Amino acid sequence: MRAKAAFWIFLAPVLAWLLLLIVLPHIDLLVMSFRSRNPGGDPGWTLVNYQRFFIEPIYWRTFVRTAIYSTITTVITFFLAMPVAFYIAKAAAVRLRGFLLILLLLPFWVSELVRVYGWMILLRESGVVNYFLIRFGLLTQPVEMLYRDATMIMGLVYSSMLFMVVPLVSVVESLDDALIEAAYDLGAGKWTIWWRIIIPHCKPGITSGSIVVFMLSLGNYMTPNLLGGKNSLWFTEQIYNQFIASFNWNQGAAFGFLLLLLSSAIIWAGLRLSGQKLGQVAS
Amino acid sequence: MDNDLSIRDLVKRFGGFTAVDHVDFDVPKGSFFSILGPSGCGKTTILRMVAGFEEPTSGIIEIRGKNMLGVAPNQRPVNLVFQHLALFPMMNVRENIAFGLKRRKVTGAEIQTRVDRILERVGLPGFGDKKIHQLSGGQKQRVAIARCLVLEPSVLLLDEPLGALDLKLRERMKVELKKLQNQVGTTFIYITHDQSEALVMSDQVAVMNKGRFEQIGTPQELYGQPNTPFVAGFVGDNNVWPGTVNEVRDGEAVMRTQDGVVFRARSRETLAPGDRVNLFLRPEAILIDPGEAMGYNSFEVAIRAVLFDGANSRLLTVTPTDLEILVTLPQNQLFAHLEPGRTITAGWRPEAGILFRSDG
Repeated sequence: MRAKAAFWIFLAPVLAWLLLLIVLPHIDLLVMSFRSRNPGGDPGWTLVNYQRFFIEPIYWRTFVRTAIYSTITTVITFFLAMPVAFYIAKAAAVRLRGFLLILLLLPFWVSELVRVYGWMILLRESGVVNYFLIRFGLLTQPVEMLYRDATMIMGLVYSSMLFMVVPLVSVVESLDDALIEAAYDLGAGKWTIWWRIIIPHCKPGITSGSIVVFMLSLGNYMTPNLLGGKNSLWFTEQIYNQFIASFNWNQGAAFGFLLLLLSSAIIWAGLRLSGQKLGQVAS
Repeated sequence: MDNDLSIRDLVKRFGGFTAVDHVDFDVPKGSFFSILGPSGCGKTTILRMVAGFEEPTSGIIEIRGKNMLGVAPNQRPVNLVFQHLALFPMMNVRENIAFGLKRRKVTGAEIQTRVDRILERVGLPGFGDKKIHQLSGGQKQRVAIARCLVLEPSVLLLDEPLGALDLKLRERMKVELKKLQNQVGTTFIYITHDQSEALVMSDQVAVMNKGRFEQIGTPQELYGQPNTPFVAGFVGDNNVWPGTVNEVRDGEAVMRTQDGVVFRARSRETLAPGDRVNLFLRPEAILIDPGEAMGYNSFEVAIRAVLFDGANSRLLTVTPTDLEILVTLPQNQLFAHLEPGRTITAGWRPEAGILFRSDG
């Protein structure tokens, strides 16, 4: 009895947190998304906010663009993070390992806003990179590097790295070196070992890292907005515009839920394609 | 060319530490060769150099007459059964065994028949579609060996593969491995720290200590004519009895033990009167109550304990100077009356004991 009471006492703050800050606002938003914007009269139930997403090409095209760019970001992040994780987990000396992980963590002690402004100082027309390129004669005219899709993706990859490296380090660490040696002994070359042994072993870590990076990129507002500028056309900006610029909370709420549903669908499809279950990935 | 593997003057240093120190040996075609030694003696390093995972500091490794220097592990005609087997958990039994064949671009149908044939051979027919985690320890063992044998290597290397099994299974696998090696005729190089594994299975055993080979020989030779005190102590059990040489004649030495008993024994070293020596005497060489048989060395000891272990039962006895001597206790009713506290007469033939000069 006593243990049970203690269990509920400790669980209560968590439940209160979830209920007050996540469940209730979402219910309110969900209700709001099904109401029309009708300041004068009686606000009735309607699907018009959801219809608008599919009718107006700008909205769903922005979403597709966001999803594709987030996927590209995830893939690039994976290809950069995998060698880093492998080096940290297998190649580096044990003493060096903790130090390297801290190096990865270090940029996250600074807020994302400051980090993105850092990139802006480097990349803008009168920025550090342009200065040196002109100084060494590689450019005659400064080039505007900001407000390009490539710059935006680079920024997203940069801010996602850690969330891919950490799960990868832990799965690579759990790989028995003897498996790699055994494959080598049985005649496999480098690529076969990566493709048949290391990647299949790391699948859970790759999936969980990819889900986190994909979701963070999809839901990121600051990096696309600051590095991509007005042309970034990120779906979160559409939501922001509805809430703040157009003051159409009903439309904004509907977009928010569409983002949630569609990103969940994409992740579900990704899990099905790679033949995995969410429970396995989380464990 | 009758040797599958020839090793000449092999040396491996890790920094200032010499793991393998000028080792030479040949392994004849189709034989079962073991390297026996305590952990850390360098035997795994030799195996890893033969497999190609380590580069020798100096020396030559030849497989079927071909120098292996600079040949990558995936190009060598040897395969290694790992200590913890290293089966691929992401694949089933069939995929594990087919892994090496696929790398050699063998066709699908050919792979199918060869995998089935090797599964049959190791006694696991129909196990192809099982997952690795569904197998018992002994079955995993056989899959790991099948995965290598299917590639028909010149030499199969085995790195203490029985170490992780429980005692009963280990005893059975020992016999099975020996039988399998007889059937397939592949040269096996087996490393172990367990002398019983080495003695039971091998045609030849090399006893290794601190990076050097102390002796290479058949199990019988190592047991009967050890060249060094280390081999005498490591292969089989031995009592060590310190003493001094009194006189030497006709290849036999007469020694006086620290208890004042005088024994005659043989030695492989040239001894001189006054040398300090250790007598190595196996428990099974000592007879209880030998009677007045001609030429036996005899001595008296007190029984401290009876160590009953079925056919392997022994008496723990002590000499007057409190030196412990183990004596084999035959399991017949003749000696059933022996109990702690009694003093017995024990004897042994002079050929059964061997003297080595002691350093001290």
